[in-house]
Amino acid sequence: MASEQPRKAVLQASESEGATAGGAHVGEGHGSAPRGMLRWLLTTNHKDIGTLYLIFSLSMLFIGGIMALVIRTELFQPGLQMVQPEFFNQMTTMHGLIMVFGAIMPAFTGLANWMIPLQIGAPDMALPRLNNFSFWLLPVAFLLLLSTLLMEGGGPNFGWTFYAPLSTTYAPPSTSFFIFSLHIAGISSILGAINIIATILNLRAPGMRLMDMPLFVWTWLITAFLLIAVMPVLAGAITMMLFDINFGTSYFNAAGGGDPVLFQHLFWFFGHPEVYIMILPAFGIVSAIVPTFSRKRLFGYASMVYATGSIAIMSFLVWAHHMFAVGLPLVAELFFMYTTMLIAVPTGVKVFNWIATMFRGSISFEPPMLFAIAFIVQFTIGGFSGLMLAIAPADFQYHDTYFVVAHFHYVLVPGALFAILAGAYYWLPKWTGFYPHEGLSKWHFWLSVIGVNLTFFPMHFSGLAGMPRRIPDYALQFADFNMLSSIGAFLFGISQLLFLVVIVKCARGGVRAPACAWEGAVDLEWSVPSPAPLHTFEIPPQTRDGQIIR
Amino acid sequence: MSWIAECLSRVTRPMRLRLRRTVTTLSLTVLSPSVLAVEYNMPVGVTAVSREIHSLHMIIFWICVVIGIVVFGVMGYAMIKHRKSRGAVSASFHENTRIEILWTAIPLLILVVMAVPATATLKDMYDASESALDVKITGHQWRWQYEYLGEDVAFTSSLATPREQINNTAAKGEHYLLEVDNPLVLPINRKVRFLTTSADVIHSWWVPDFGVKKDAIPGFINEAWTRIETPGTYRGQCTELCGKDHGFMPVVVEALPEAEFDEWLIARKAEAEAALNDAGRDWSLEELMEKGEKTYATICASCHQPDGQGMPPAFPSLVGSAIVTQDMQAHIDIVVNGKAGTPMAAFADVLSPVELAAVITYERNAWGNDTGELVQPAVIKEQLSQ
Repeated sequence: MASEQPRKAVLQASESEGATAGGAHVGEGHGSAPRGMLRWLLTTNHKDIGTLYLIFSLSMLFIGGIMALVIRTELFQPGLQMVQPEFFNQMTTMHGLIMVFGAIMPAFTGLANWMIPLQIGAPDMALPRLNNFSFWLLPVAFLLLLSTLLMEGGGPNFGWTFYAPLSTTYAPPSTSFFIFSLHIAGISSILGAINIIATILNLRAPGMRLMDMPLFVWTWLITAFLLIAVMPVLAGAITMMLFDINFGTSYFNAAGGGDPVLFQHLFWFFGHPEVYIMILPAFGIVSAIVPTFSRKRLFGYASMVYATGSIAIMSFLVWAHHMFAVGLPLVAELFFMYTTMLIAVPTGVKVFNWIATMFRGSISFEPPMLFAIAFIVQFTIGGFSGLMLAIAPADFQYHDTYFVVAHFHYVLVPGALFAILAGAYYWLPKWTGFYPHEGLSKWHFWLSVIGVNLTFFPMHFSGLAGMPRRIPDYALQFADFNMLSSIGAFLFGISQLLFLVVIVKCARGGVRAPACAWEGAVDLEWSVPSPAPLHTFEIPPQTRDGQIIR
Repeated sequence: MSWIAECLSRVTRPMRLRLRRTVTTLSLTVLSPSVLAVEYNMPVGVTAVSREIHSLHMIIFWICVVIGIVVFGVMGYAMIKHRKSRGAVSASFHENTRIEILWTAIPLLILVVMAVPATATLKDMYDASESALDVKITGHQWRWQYEYLGEDVAFTSSLATPREQINNTAAKGEHYLLEVDNPLVLPINRKVRFLTTSADVIHSWWVPDFGVKKDAIPGFINEAWTRIETPGTYRGQCTELCGKDHGFMPVVVEALPEAEFDEWLIARKAEAEAALNDAGRDWSLEELMEKGEKTYATICASCHQPDGQGMPPAFPSLVGSAIVTQDMQAHIDIVVNGKAGTPMAAFADVLSPVELAAVITYERNAWGNDTGELVQPAVIKEQLSQ
C-alpha cells in the first residue's frame, strides 16, 4: 500500500500545523481540538476536509490504476493469459466507476474545499458540518463498491455505463450493493455541490462581485449546479434498476413491457453533463495557471465565463450522441449531431483564450505550467476526436470501438487528470509551505506525458482498424497497437509513484515558499502565509476588482 | 512458482517476435502513407455508404489537422518567442471583442460546411425502403441468428476459433476470433435490409466494410441496409458489451454474385426441408451422441465448459447434477425454455429439434453421467409444437 506513505506524511505535517492553530482555538474559547484519528473524523475545517478528499482520490487513483494495469496486461497480446473474461469485465467496470466517481470527482471537490474559501476571502465553507458528512460518505461508498468484488458471482461486470438489461436481469447478485454505493456517492456529491454554491454565493469577501471571482470559482459554481441537476437523475435510474432486480418491476425489461433504451436516455441525460462536471473545474485550474506563468492577465475573462455557462447549458442537449447506433429516428439523430457539433464552439473559444493569454506574455515553465500546457494540447486532441465522433454517419464506424476509448481517455487523463496534477503542483507550496522538488516534478511530468500518449494515441488506430472496446481478447491485426498501449500504460502507471514521492518530500520539507509562491500569481490565496494556517480570513478582507485593498 | 516462469516465457517469446513486427510496421507507416490508410485507418469498404462515411471521416480529420497546426503553431511560437528566459516582457492586452467574435464565427462556419454532407449521408443511411432481401438478425449471448424472411431459411452463427487457440495451447489462425461456423451469405448488387433485435441483452451488429452498425435490442426491431458491390468475405464483431463472451461473437458475411447466391439459397432451403424430415425418424444413441458433442461444443461449452464442470455459481456444473441425471422432462424444459432470472437462455428458437435432442442426450451420457437415456428428436418436435 504505497498510498499509506503520503497519508502519514501529510498527516504529520498538518498535525504540527494543527497544534499551533489548535492552540489559537483554545484561546477563542472553543475548547481543545480533538487529536489523532478523531481530529480527522470530526474536522469541520475546509483545509482538513480538502486534504482528506485529495488523499482519498489519490488512493482511488492508484486502486483504479492497478485495475487498468490488469486490463492492459491481459491485452498485451492476443489470447487469454492472465484473467478470464468474467474478471476482465469486472475490471473494466470497476476501473471506470472508481476513476470517475472515486478519483476525478473527489479530487476536484478536494481542490474546491481547499481553494474556493481562500480564493474568495471566506473563513471556511458555508456549511462545515455538512462538509465533513459529505466527505465521510465517500469511503463508505467505495468500501462497499470494492467489497462487491469479493461477493459470490463477483462485482459489477456490465461496464461503467451499466446498460440494462445486462445490469438488471442478467447482472450478478452483488448489483444491489453497487446501486447502494452509487446512491451514497451521489448523496455525497449533491451535498458537496450545495455547500459550494452556498459558499460562493454567500461568503465572498466584501467588494468581490461575481465577475471578480477567479475562474476556478466560476467553473466550480457552474459545475455545482450541473451536479445538483443530474445526480438525482442518476439516482432515479439506479433506483428503477433496483426495483427491476428486486421487486419485479419492468422499467427496463422488454419482456414485461419495459424499455431498455429508456435506461440509456436516463443514463446519458446524467452522463453527458457528468462529462462536463469532470472537465469544467479543470478549465478553471488551467485558467489560473496559464496567466500566472505567462505573467499576463487572462485573455477574455468575460468570454471564458460565458463559454463555461454555454457549455453547461448545452451539455443537457447533446446526450443522445452516445446513442447514435440504438436506432433513434432520423430527426433525433440530426438534432443531436448539430448540438454536439455546436458545443465545440465555446470549447474552442476557451482554448483560443488560453493561447491568447500566453501570446506576448513572459512565459516560464515551472511544473504547474508544464502540466497546464500539456493539458491544453492533449485536451484539444481529445476535442478533435470528439468533433469527429459528432459526425453521426462516421460515428456508426467509431461507436464502441477503441477510437472512443482513445477519445474519452484523452479528455479525462491527459485532460482532467493533468489539470488536477497541475493544480496540485501549483498549490502544494500553499498547502505545505514548501516548493515541490523541481527535478523530480519534471521527471514526473515528462514520463507522464510520454506514457500517457504511448498508451492512448495508438488506441485511435486500433479503433479505426475495427477493434471493439471492452473485449478481453482480440484479432491478430490489433496486436501491435495493443502492445504499445500496454507498454505505455505501465510507464504511465509507474511514473505516478514519482508523484507520491514528490508529495511526501514536499510535505516533509524543501525550499521554503513565501506567501506568494509564484511570481505572476495574483489571486487571493497568495495573500495568506504559506503554509496556509488552519484559519484564514477570519476578518473579511475588503476587495476591489478581486484584489485586497485593505 | 513454476507457473510464473511459464507465464513469463509464454509472454516473452511471442513478444520478441511481435516487437520486431511492430518496429517494421511502424517504420513502414512512417515511410508510406498507403500502408497507414489500409491497416490503421477506417476501411473504405465495399458499399456506397461506407465510401461516403470514409470521405466524411477524412474531411473532418484534415479539418482537425489544419486547425491543430494553426492553434498549436501559434502556441509553439509563443512558447519559443515569448519566454521569460529570453527576456520577454509581457504585454498588457487582455480583451478584444472583435477577435472573440471572429474565433466564434469561423469555427461555426466550418461546422455548417461539415454538417451539410453529413446530413445527406445520414438521410441515405436511414432509407431502408425497397429492399430486395430482408434478413432478420437476432443477437443471443453469444452468437448471431440469421433468418431470411419469407424464405424459410434460418441458422445460427457461432465463433469457430478453437478454444486451444484462445488459451494459447495452439497456434493462432489467420482469422483468429473473426471466424464462424455458418457465415451470413448475401448477394452483391441487391439492396439487403437488416432487421436487428435481441433475445437477451443488447448486442450490436457491425460490419466495417459495409458501414453498417446497428444495436440489437430486446423488444425493439431496428433497421439498417446495405448494397454490397464486391464479392468476398467481410468480418466484424459485436460492438455492445453483452456479457462474458462479448469478445467472442464475430460477424462474418460472405457476399456472392447474384446467381451463386440464388443457387445457395435453393440448396439451403432443400437442406432445411431434409432436416425437418430427418427429425421424424428414429435416432440411435451413437448418432445423437456424435451430433450432440458438436452442438455442445459450439453452444453450451462457453458457459458449462467443455468438461461439463461449469463455472459455479453463475454457470452450474452438469456433471452428476440432478436435472441432467434424473428428471428427463425437467432437463428438456430448461434447455428448450431457459431459466428466467439466470443467464440460461431458451434454445427453442436457436436449435433444431434434432440438435436439441442430441445435446440433451449428450449431456445425459457424457463425463460419466452415463444414464444410458436418450430422447428422440420427434419427442422434442412434438413438445415444441404444443
